[in-house]
Amino acid sequence: MNMEAFLNHLVAKYNFWLYIILMMIGLYAMIAKNNLIKKLVGMNIFQTAIILFYVSIGSKKGGTIPILEHVSGGAQHAIDPANYVNPLPHVLMLTAIVVSVSTFGVALALAIKIYQRYKTLEEDEILTRIRES
Amino acid sequence: MILSGGLLLYATKDFPSWGDPTSPASTHVSPRYLKKSLEETRVPNVVTSILADYRGYDTMFETTVIFCAGVACFMLLRTFEKRETDHYYRHVPTGITIHIKGQREIPIESKEFEKIDAIWTPYDLIINTVSRFLVPFIQLFALYVIAHGHHSPGGGFQGGVILGASMIVLAIAFNLRTAVRRLGERIDSIMSALGVFIYSGIGALCVLLGANFLDYKALAQILPIDRVAARSDGILGVEIGVGIAVMAVMICVYNNVASEGRYDEGL
Amino acid sequence: MIAHYPALLVTIPLLAAFVIYGCSWLHKKSCLPLALLALAISCAVSIGLLAQAIAKGHISYHLGGWQPPWGIAYEVDPLNALVLVAVSTVAFINLIATAGEIEQVFSDRKGAFYTLYLLFIVGLLGIVVTGDLFNLYVLLEIASITGYSLIAMGQADRAPLSSLNYVFMGTIGACFYLLGVGYIYIMTGSLNMADVRALLPSLYHSSAILVAFIFCLVGVMIKMGFFPLHTWLPNAYTYAPSPAISLIAPLMTKVMAYVMIRLILSVFSPAFTFASLVVGHGIVWLACLAILMGAILALSQRDIKKMLTYIIVSEIGYIVGGAWLGNNTAMTGAVLHIINDTLMTFCVFLAVGGISRKLGSVELNNFKGLFKKMPFTMGAFVASGLSIIGVPPTCGFFSKWYLISGAMEAGSYSFVCVLIISSLINVILFFRIIETAFFAHSDPGNRHDYLLSEIGEISLNTLIPLLMAAAGLLVLGMYSGTVVGRVIQPALAGIL
Repeated sequence: MNMEAFLNHLVAKYNFWLYIILMMIGLYAMIAKNNLIKKLVGMNIFQTAIILFYVSIGSKKGGTIPILEHVSGGAQHAIDPANYVNPLPHVLMLTAIVVSVSTFGVALALAIKIYQRYKTLEEDEILTRIRES
Repeated sequence: MILSGGLLLYATKDFPSWGDPTSPASTHVSPRYLKKSLEETRVPNVVTSILADYRGYDTMFETTVIFCAGVACFMLLRTFEKRETDHYYRHVPTGITIHIKGQREIPIESKEFEKIDAIWTPYDLIINTVSRFLVPFIQLFALYVIAHGHHSPGGGFQGGVILGASMIVLAIAFNLRTAVRRLGERIDSIMSALGVFIYSGIGALCVLLGANFLDYKALAQILPIDRVAARSDGILGVEIGVGIAVMAVMICVYNNVASEGRYDEGL
Repeated sequence: MIAHYPALLVTIPLLAAFVIYGCSWLHKKSCLPLALLALAISCAVSIGLLAQAIAKGHISYHLGGWQPPWGIAYEVDPLNALVLVAVSTVAFINLIATAGEIEQVFSDRKGAFYTLYLLFIVGLLGIVVTGDLFNLYVLLEIASITGYSLIAMGQADRAPLSSLNYVFMGTIGACFYLLGVGYIYIMTGSLNMADVRALLPSLYHSSAILVAFIFCLVGVMIKMGFFPLHTWLPNAYTYAPSPAISLIAPLMTKVMAYVMIRLILSVFSPAFTFASLVVGHGIVWLACLAILMGAILALSQRDIKKMLTYIIVSEIGYIVGGAWLGNNTAMTGAVLHIINDTLMTFCVFLAVGGISRKLGSVELNNFKGLFKKMPFTMGAFVASGLSIIGVPPTCGFFSKWYLISGAMEAGSYSFVCVLIISSLINVILFFRIIETAFFAHSDPGNRHDYLLSEIGEISLNTLIPLLMAAAGLLVLGMYSGTVVGRVIQPALAGIL
């Protein structure tokens, strides 16, 4: 694939590339880090990057927020969808943000329970203590 | 991991460019939402109308998810045993702090001695007064956000979180026991269930009145308004339910996580 | 009201869950009857829905009154309805069987336990019946979050850590699925399954759709416990409390397997998955590996519960391999195996749960002479073991028969070999237990065996559902022909 087309793709869609790189950072933190809280933060970064990815799907050049002009009563001018940003990804991501917050809350509660028992949050130390007992 | 990143990047080759108004995502389903939202639901904020009406079923389950998180935090962490530490009291008129060793407490609920946390911070008049002053305004703003979700960015989730934050401000500025005294654990838990119950209850009401689940036009049979306005009011009703549920769950999660389930000391 | 069955199925347990949570703070005694009532209604509705689906072929329910793709739709066909009946029946019987244990062990937070139990079922039922890709994600998260919390309530110290590892892997899985849906959305602009299926054929050459397919599939495979992405499964399922594990173990992984079948058949139509891609062979190889590794790892376990979780990994390998073999017979076998495996796993985990409640732990040594003490429990355990091995007339035999015939039809003899080898390994596993339970005599000098001699049969309200489930294995086996002929074949004919 020649350099010209590749650069074209890069410039036109750099937002997607950025979000994918962010996702990979989050995924790396989740897998490679030892501390449980760092893994949790990585999970949050991963989910946030997906949310950003979705929202950027819906953007349009020159579009404004999808709140229509409210003309009370009957006649209102025709609404051209091209002027407004696509609202559906925003709606989906409201849901995804709530889901990510809930998972984070449950994971924090679990981390507290682990800390109460093992008195540490480093995964290798926890595994050592499991093996000892 | 590099493999998945590489795959994702390779796939962007076929994506439409950023901000392209003719991409399939923007032209297939969404134009109808934008064009018809005002005339079908009388709600100018298209995000709210999609969230609570067109895809209202998703939102009901989203509220259920946050309810699950609250119940899970309660179930996992809540203990009824007392922490075994020393106790600290402050003599309110003079500001002297007393440290009682062993696990004895001051027996009488005395007005002059106030219990403070083990990791205590000095009594700060400015923070206490300002936060107590601000809380009603925060709550008023939250109610505005919920009610005005039809016309401006906002809605149930956003308003509910701000409401929850108003109580958490109290918990942080004073201490956890003060906030729990204001809004007890039992009322908070019942409210979280009540909020989601309102949402699904409105949906069930629509079924009992003959239409499909969460089809608000059925509400026009019991309320003295026409069908389109019934949609708008149905959206308002579910947003209120969502707001109550989110507020209660935020407070419940904060209380349980900050005090490790013991409800005696917080941050 | 009959027209509203699809919505009622999911919303009655939902409403009941909220009422139960409110009641648990006001009037604790009414929690259990409400939960039982809600699950009973849900079970009855799902059976009614199955009858309707067989009669009509396809039912579509528009939520909120909006047409798809602008609104969310529920699509019920006989395949769906069968899985729905399996899920709701298992949940109902499990609640009856383990209610006593829940009341005793979790007495101060049983309201919360019942609430999360019902919400888990709501999530699973919704996943099976929905026709919208994003709705599936939200319901998947409901089922996952309630699953994480239910698993973390185990008595063992390791329970929270196993649950947290499950949280991490499960979230990665769900987020990969969400990414896949995002890619589909970017290319087609729609989230409704039927709509996407209509729009995809023009996009088959697109790399984005290929990547979307891969990510959706990998995400579902992580949640399903398909080797090598199964690492969360043994620990999470071993250290969970017994009432939770006899609910989660049979259901969660099988519903995810159903999602995979739904994705490859209804969303990405068979033309895409089998013709355009060449990964079918690769996945069958991976499935063979999964079956073998599951069986081998199960052999090395002393703890019976852990052994059973590795058997689950093996069973998932059967289903995935059967689904990807590419012909009708194998797909029939895979679907039949989903139903059968739900019942088999439920039966065996319920038996082990009852035993562990009486004995305290389930190492192999604890089973010495158990046949004399708990004849009925061990009888049910043996019945489900025979079903897992695949002995006629239990149901396990018939699904393995379809899988083997499908594999021979497709020419995949390695799959046939692996199936036979794993059945033999299952024979070894179960006969080891049966031998210890039947023939080994307890030594009076040993303190543990002395305790063993004091116990009796497990309590009646756990025993009766267990025996019903074991009988169900035989009944389902004898009626396999009916099930396949009247439910599965028409469903697949409608989809393929």
